[in-house]
Amino acid sequence: MSVESAPAVQEKKKEALFSKKNIRILRDPLDDNNPVTVQVLGICSALAVTVQVKPAMIMALGVIFVTAFSNLFTSLLRNTIPNRVRIIVQLIIIATLVTIVDQVLKAYMFDISKKLSVFVGLIITNCIVMGRLEAFALAQKPWPSLMDGIGNGLGYGIILVVVAVIREIFGAGTVLGFHVIPQWAYDHGYVNNGLMVLPPAALFVIGVYIWAQRSWNKKLVNVS
Amino acid sequence: MKFLQNIVDSVKPHFVKGGRFEKLYPVFEAFETFLFVPGETTSHGVHVRDAMDMKRTMMAVILALIPATLFGMWNVGYQHYLAFGMEATLMENFMFGFWKVLPIIIVSYAVGLGVEFAFSALRGHPVSEGYLVTGLLIPLTLPVTIPLWMVALAAVFCTLLGKEIFGGTGMNFMNPALLARAFLFFAFPAFMSGDIWTDLSPEAGHAVVDAFSGATNLVAFDANFHNVQSASDMFWGFEQGSIGETSAAACLIGALILIITGVGSWRIIVSACLGALLMGLTLNMVAPADLPNHAMHTPAYYHLLIGSFAFGVVFMATDPVSAAQTEKGKWIYGLLIGAFTVILRVFNPAYPEGVMLSILLMNVFAPLIDHIVVEQHIKSRLKRA
Repeated sequence: MSVESAPAVQEKKKEALFSKKNIRILRDPLDDNNPVTVQVLGICSALAVTVQVKPAMIMALGVIFVTAFSNLFTSLLRNTIPNRVRIIVQLIIIATLVTIVDQVLKAYMFDISKKLSVFVGLIITNCIVMGRLEAFALAQKPWPSLMDGIGNGLGYGIILVVVAVIREIFGAGTVLGFHVIPQWAYDHGYVNNGLMVLPPAALFVIGVYIWAQRSWNKKLVNVS
Repeated sequence: MKFLQNIVDSVKPHFVKGGRFEKLYPVFEAFETFLFVPGETTSHGVHVRDAMDMKRTMMAVILALIPATLFGMWNVGYQHYLAFGMEATLMENFMFGFWKVLPIIIVSYAVGLGVEFAFSALRGHPVSEGYLVTGLLIPLTLPVTIPLWMVALAAVFCTLLGKEIFGGTGMNFMNPALLARAFLFFAFPAFMSGDIWTDLSPEAGHAVVDAFSGATNLVAFDANFHNVQSASDMFWGFEQGSIGETSAAACLIGALILIITGVGSWRIIVSACLGALLMGLTLNMVAPADLPNHAMHTPAYYHLLIGSFAFGVVFMATDPVSAAQTEKGKWIYGLLIGAFTVILRVFNPAYPEGVMLSILLMNVFAPLIDHIVVEQHIKSRLKRA
């Protein structure tokens, strides 16, 4: 920590870990400032990994891990990172974390890792991660940064899981591999919807989610 | 008529502001203007109005669709009895098809209009007439064996995601009926391609004849273009296919009605046919000589008769909302639809019917075409100034 900034910090009263402000930082990305449906970031991986619920959940956990810790580390280093090379430093932090996620998945969940394939590696290019570093972590203290990272990862994860549940129910009739559409429905002529397995379906589902979200959350109308 | 007017006038007080069913005013308004031309006058702006309002326009399209619908019903019966090798009179053919097609049309209208009415009541805007045509177009683009719940799903999909989400009739950038068909095509491929074109519900004492093949001309022509039926069969429509699209002749009558009433643009119809012919001729020229059966050798005019080209171009491409708006733009739009259709048919056997995809594609490009045409015009005017 540099000497100049120290007095400024002491002037303020020490903030509680879960003060109202911090809770808001954590909660905002879930709805009001959702990275996928409001900021429209990270759409590509939302299209690719949401065919089934399980890979989507793993992917969401991976992204939460990366956003949380990249935010934390960048925030810790924020006063020592030279401004002109900050993107490179951020990329190194993100890439390290993504490699950890990738290796853990390969070691303990090989089949899931195969399903997610290249999209784990592509977390590096996920705009949400770098967007939060640039917009938040570079200017905020470590604890709020960690909260912001977890919040944004969760906001992304919620969308991923919601979309995946819808796509898996209609595309394969299952959730997490369990059959939810009863056999008698198939006996009476019900057929799984092949469109739901194709990537465009994720676009439709996210679009409808945005529509629904804007209907219940009037704050968002005409914001973006 | 006076009697109808009296009924409408007597229930009106219940629906206007302060009445018992105030919330349902859009529904009432829809029925009222369906029966009578509204007596409202414009309060500001342009005061001269054509009697040809939206409901009348839509009715002209419905009228144009009637020949295709009637022929389609007959053909459903004809193909059915043909498959079983049975002799049937004209009336038997028609009645068989009538009872098969009617439920599809009813489901399409009931579900689609239900969604539309629900939305109008929720949003408080008047019910739009757009669905009158869409509701009939959807059944005509589907095979007769389609399960009814799929028709309902497609109707919901196209009204919600094709139209309402963009702001209702007139705001959609794609043809809703085609969107419904594309939705079913990708969602339930097993029910939209393959041997599903003829209704094979069992006939007592008869079995399907050996010579029966469920493949349409479009599928046959990909392997060997000599396998398609004769040009006259394809022109009159004695072939398998979606309910309303088999007969190019019925579509031609429809095209005449659309052009005479001024509802459909003749430029789009003519340019799309030209585009298909030109592309067909080009492919003929570059076709490999050592493969005499290759689809590229197909005579160019076959492309106008085969599959649902005629139906798509006459009733879908001319949709005034999703087509290009400028005169020059319409020529470009039509030419590209024709050309893309032939390319898709010949080179991509996975999607036998290219006309659906090429119209949807050009729907997306129509605003861009218009933009370029308008910019070009401005530039040329500036040069003269």
